[in-house]
Amino acid sequence: MALTPPTAPRAKKRDWVPGAKILVWLVSLAPVAILADRIFLFGQFTGGDFVDDPVELIQHWTGTAGLIFLCCSLAITPIRRLTHFNPIIRFRRLLGLFAFFYASLHVFSYFVFDQRMQLGPIAEDVIERNWILVGFLAWILLIPLAVTSTTGWIRRMGGKQWNRLHKLVYPSVALIVLHFLWQTKVLEPEPLIYAGIVTVLFGVRWWVRK
Amino acid sequence: MPSNQHPHPSEVTPESVYLNRRSFIKRASAAGIGGALVAGGVFARGRNAPHIEGTPDEDPTPWETVTGYNNFYEFGTGKSDPKKYAQDFKTDPWSIEVTGEVAEERTYSFDELVDGFTVEERIYRMRCVEGWSMVVPWNGFPLKDLIEKLGPTEDANYVEFTTLMDRRQMPGQNSPILPWPYVEALRMDEAMHPLTLMVTGVYGKTLPPQNGAPIRLIVPWKYGFKGAKSIVKIRFTKRQPRTTWNEAIPREYGFYANVNPEVDHPRWSQATERRLGEFFRRDTLMFNGYEEVAPLYEGMDLARNY
Repeated sequence: MALTPPTAPRAKKRDWVPGAKILVWLVSLAPVAILADRIFLFGQFTGGDFVDDPVELIQHWTGTAGLIFLCCSLAITPIRRLTHFNPIIRFRRLLGLFAFFYASLHVFSYFVFDQRMQLGPIAEDVIERNWILVGFLAWILLIPLAVTSTTGWIRRMGGKQWNRLHKLVYPSVALIVLHFLWQTKVLEPEPLIYAGIVTVLFGVRWWVRK
Repeated sequence: MPSNQHPHPSEVTPESVYLNRRSFIKRASAAGIGGALVAGGVFARGRNAPHIEGTPDEDPTPWETVTGYNNFYEFGTGKSDPKKYAQDFKTDPWSIEVTGEVAEERTYSFDELVDGFTVEERIYRMRCVEGWSMVVPWNGFPLKDLIEKLGPTEDANYVEFTTLMDRRQMPGQNSPILPWPYVEALRMDEAMHPLTLMVTGVYGKTLPPQNGAPIRLIVPWKYGFKGAKSIVKIRFTKRQPRTTWNEAIPREYGFYANVNPEVDHPRWSQATERRLGEFFRRDTLMFNGYEEVAPLYEGMDLARNY
């Protein structure tokens, strides 16, 4: 009698998300590497024009990167609803944290390079200038979200509470777009593009919910 | 040889000197950020060159930045747009119409207009209303000399400069961001001040198109936007002319536009500035460091006449 081999247990499908997360990390940190190369190594590895105003480049890139990551994290839920591709939700927190990372670099570059860490002028600037105030508020709103981003905090707060708190991302991103629109001398296309993207992201939510 | 090859070669600092400075500045800035952030000290180093009128004790901004980081909205609003889109700009032939309160209203060719002037090098600070600054070795001649040659009438209280209007060559003029053509103006005493310069070159070379070729205005104690570029018309007037930025956003940009650390732009402070290439902002100086112009504004409220 032939020995029937025991049916092999079905190989557990390997979880691909952690691997993909490493990729997300690498892509997300690329702007920092490119900035460092362009400013300190004169574009030896990544090319690009001579950097006339390194601080302006740092502030523009970190600010824009923060906004882009926030838009990506906001795009996750609508994409999930529309495509029913559920694993994508597991990238949302990471993207949100990178948004906070770049937003913080942006804010600190202003503190350090523009204001030389002098609290008086910082306070004066933030209070007196609407566009700086708006940007500062947007960053402040992100702080509790970053702090409560751990699994421990989600458990402690409970999903419902946590979700409610994280709705702060909506006013934050709206303020960021306003901050971007407000700082130019004349109306320029770049902030308008982001205003359009954010409007679409908000609109999709409203439409999906209906 | 192009007709506007104006600067006299013997009068300018050899390019090699600047290029060496440039690599020094680059290295110093890289070292500065990593080390003790000594930027302020390194860059404020004095120059060994003999003192020329208006020369600051600061290093000139590298050629790449002076000719690659420009506000010239006729060629686009991005800082690198002018260099990108102005390369085919035609400056020869070029004519300048002189009109208004002047002895003889007529049109001059570029050569006729600049004929008889000795081009000198002036190293001036350039402070942009946006909060950044440069140090630029311009080549040009005092506007005063030109005005004396043109002979305005007694009724001339202001002098107005108009930039070329040419939608084909200047694509930025197709968007209504500003009321084109670009117009700037000075009060006659400002125009006659020895620091006010008509510029035809930079770094000892013919002025590149992105810097306002073939001829532009430089008023070192005022924000950069007062310096009209690619001038095609000079008009002497009795009344204060309209000026472009003032017309576009009167609350933010005044007629005088004197550099003043105490009078803020409504949306940002003017107390400090970032010298291009440096990491930390430096204090902005009253009249951009050209205190000798203060008597021009005696008794005027500079917060109201911004």
